[in-house]
Amino acid sequence: MTDVVATTPGLYPLPDWAKDDLSNLKGHQKHDLIDGDEDAAVADAYGDVRAEFVADQRDAGLDRIVEGQGRWDDMLAHPLTVHDSVETGGIVRYYDNNNFYRDPRVVGDLHASGDVAAELSAAADLLADGDALQAVLPGPYTLADLASDEHYGDEAEFLDAVGDYLADEVDAFPAHETLFLLEPSYVTNAPDDDLNELASETIDRVAAATDADVVVQTYWEAFEETPYAHLMDADVDAVGFDFVAADRDTNLEYINELGTKADIALGLVDGQNTLVEDAETVAERVGWVHDQIPAQTFDTTYVTPNTETFYLPVNKHQAKLSVLAEAAAIAGDADAAETEVEA
Amino acid sequence: MSRNPQNREQFRPEGHESDHFLLTTVVGSYPKPKWLNRARDRFEDDDHSFGESEWAEATDDASRVITHEHERAGLDTVVDGEMRREEMVEFFAERIDGYEFNGPVKVWGHNYFDKPSVVEGVEYDEPWLVDEFEFVDDVAERPVKVPITGPYTLANWAFNEAYDDDEALAYDLADLVNEEVEKLVEAGARYIQIDEPALATTPDDHAIVGECLERIVSDIDEEVRIGLHVCYGDYSRVYPEVNEFPIDEIDVELANDEYKQIGVFADGNFQPDLALGVVDAHVADVESVEQIKENIQQGLKVVPPEKLTISPDCGLKLLPREAAYAKMENMVQAAREVEAELDAGEIDVPAVEDVAPADD
Repeated sequence: MTDVVATTPGLYPLPDWAKDDLSNLKGHQKHDLIDGDEDAAVADAYGDVRAEFVADQRDAGLDRIVEGQGRWDDMLAHPLTVHDSVETGGIVRYYDNNNFYRDPRVVGDLHASGDVAAELSAAADLLADGDALQAVLPGPYTLADLASDEHYGDEAEFLDAVGDYLADEVDAFPAHETLFLLEPSYVTNAPDDDLNELASETIDRVAAATDADVVVQTYWEAFEETPYAHLMDADVDAVGFDFVAADRDTNLEYINELGTKADIALGLVDGQNTLVEDAETVAERVGWVHDQIPAQTFDTTYVTPNTETFYLPVNKHQAKLSVLAEAAAIAGDADAAETEVEA
Repeated sequence: MSRNPQNREQFRPEGHESDHFLLTTVVGSYPKPKWLNRARDRFEDDDHSFGESEWAEATDDASRVITHEHERAGLDTVVDGEMRREEMVEFFAERIDGYEFNGPVKVWGHNYFDKPSVVEGVEYDEPWLVDEFEFVDDVAERPVKVPITGPYTLANWAFNEAYDDDEALAYDLADLVNEEVEKLVEAGARYIQIDEPALATTPDDHAIVGECLERIVSDIDEEVRIGLHVCYGDYSRVYPEVNEFPIDEIDVELANDEYKQIGVFADGNFQPDLALGVVDAHVADVESVEQIKENIQQGLKVVPPEKLTISPDCGLKLLPREAAYAKMENMVQAAREVEAELDAGEIDVPAVEDVAPADD
């Protein structure tokens, strides 16, 4: 029997009032974006955003609560774009999307900044008894891939430093139930032979910095075989697969051939389309994926959107939170019923 | 195959001073007068008495002013600066059945876009641009160009809830654009520009854009000039494929990176007319006439003068209005000077000289 957990990879769309208020407070230009040193009015607005994100997730009935990353103007590049050892360059395209972020140019030694830990602590303060906090970070390979190294001078040395830096950030986190490391680059621009081992090892290092369950979430594309095999060496609790946009046959082939972790995360709700899925259908897909992996049963199955949800208008994002919670409940009941019949 | 680029002669002004004729035009959008933005704020404010008829009068006034501003700059073909349009996808999505709006989404930082969703099969309802064209055509002394957001961009810059894939949606939209172009032609339009900026971000889809264009020009008279505008991308990924597009002209943005990509097109086999961006649409510094003349000559590496159209890189709407006007004025001046120098045989045309005749 598997515990079906409804959660998200975070990076939510700002509420519409906050889009207006924060554009007015901060401005529209590159130099107006978050630098980690915002004034009280901006910080207050983000505090209100955070409270709304937490309330939305609780209302929807999600099993994990994320901070929502409203401040992450530069999406997954955020932890670096606010860092003291980083200068922001031009606006660059965010993967294959009509979205852009400031190029983080790393010009000095990376050390823990506490920026993400501070947000997470603020979110923790908003939780009630029984709420389970989930931390969200870019994985080390993705963060290194999104940045420009102008300091370390060597690809491996840079990735290694990003791994150490993220591990130190995690070390400062308040208690959390789960940590999602978002690793789209791991599949869209997979590590080459020279970096495969290190990419996995840095993930292992970040995971070792927390007692929480760690999920490595990938999206947009399917794994390549060798990077996937190396990732299996990392001591994480689950790998997340995109069952919306990525080639599911390829991912299932590697899962079945090479095995996967004791838990699994399934990106089943489309984070980039306004069509709101039917909860029953999503629940059936959970069962379908389990059926495709006959050799394994999972302690925990995370049901998530395939991507961040900031691509969506707020009403559709909120509707999808409810679908996730409902789908996980239905899938959990169905799995329990099946287990009972088998018993 | 390109259509009938010779149809450009209809835009040569009466009494044109040179034998050579470099057709001057703009991509379309232009800075709105500040008072129009204030009028919009009032129109959108429910507590204000500024209503539909006041708004209609304000947009008519703006359209008239900007059309005349284009004529004053000396352009051979004019646009009203798209005074009635706010955003290039939203404007059309509001007029096409099958789209709905759910709210703004992030592009970058605090820049948002009201990205629509296609929730059912798209259908043609009321004409989109015929009123706009008739108004401008009535106001203008010069021929009017009509920019239309292309079906590929209308499909890709929306959420697709209703179609199996964006390709199927783009083809249905292309049929609607064809219907609109037919109505515009019926109303007297002779110069249509299809804007496809989305092609630059997904260049591998050039065949889809080609098929869309086939549908758009279906049954459209060859005397109607059809242009395609594509901006800010890697042109090597869509050329030479664009040679097969059924268009008269492709309008490209090359001044922005100082013609680093001009070599892509200079293979001696460029088929449509080249509408060359000769002023940067995102830098407020106004290029001198001399500088623009040099830029125009970059185009002569690709096509002979009779196939060269002169245009800004892209819509000018993000510039200060004074800069936008000065750029157009210098651009026209530069084109007229280059024409005279071509007449006098003072300018080399590499596109002609570098290509040896087949029987040589």
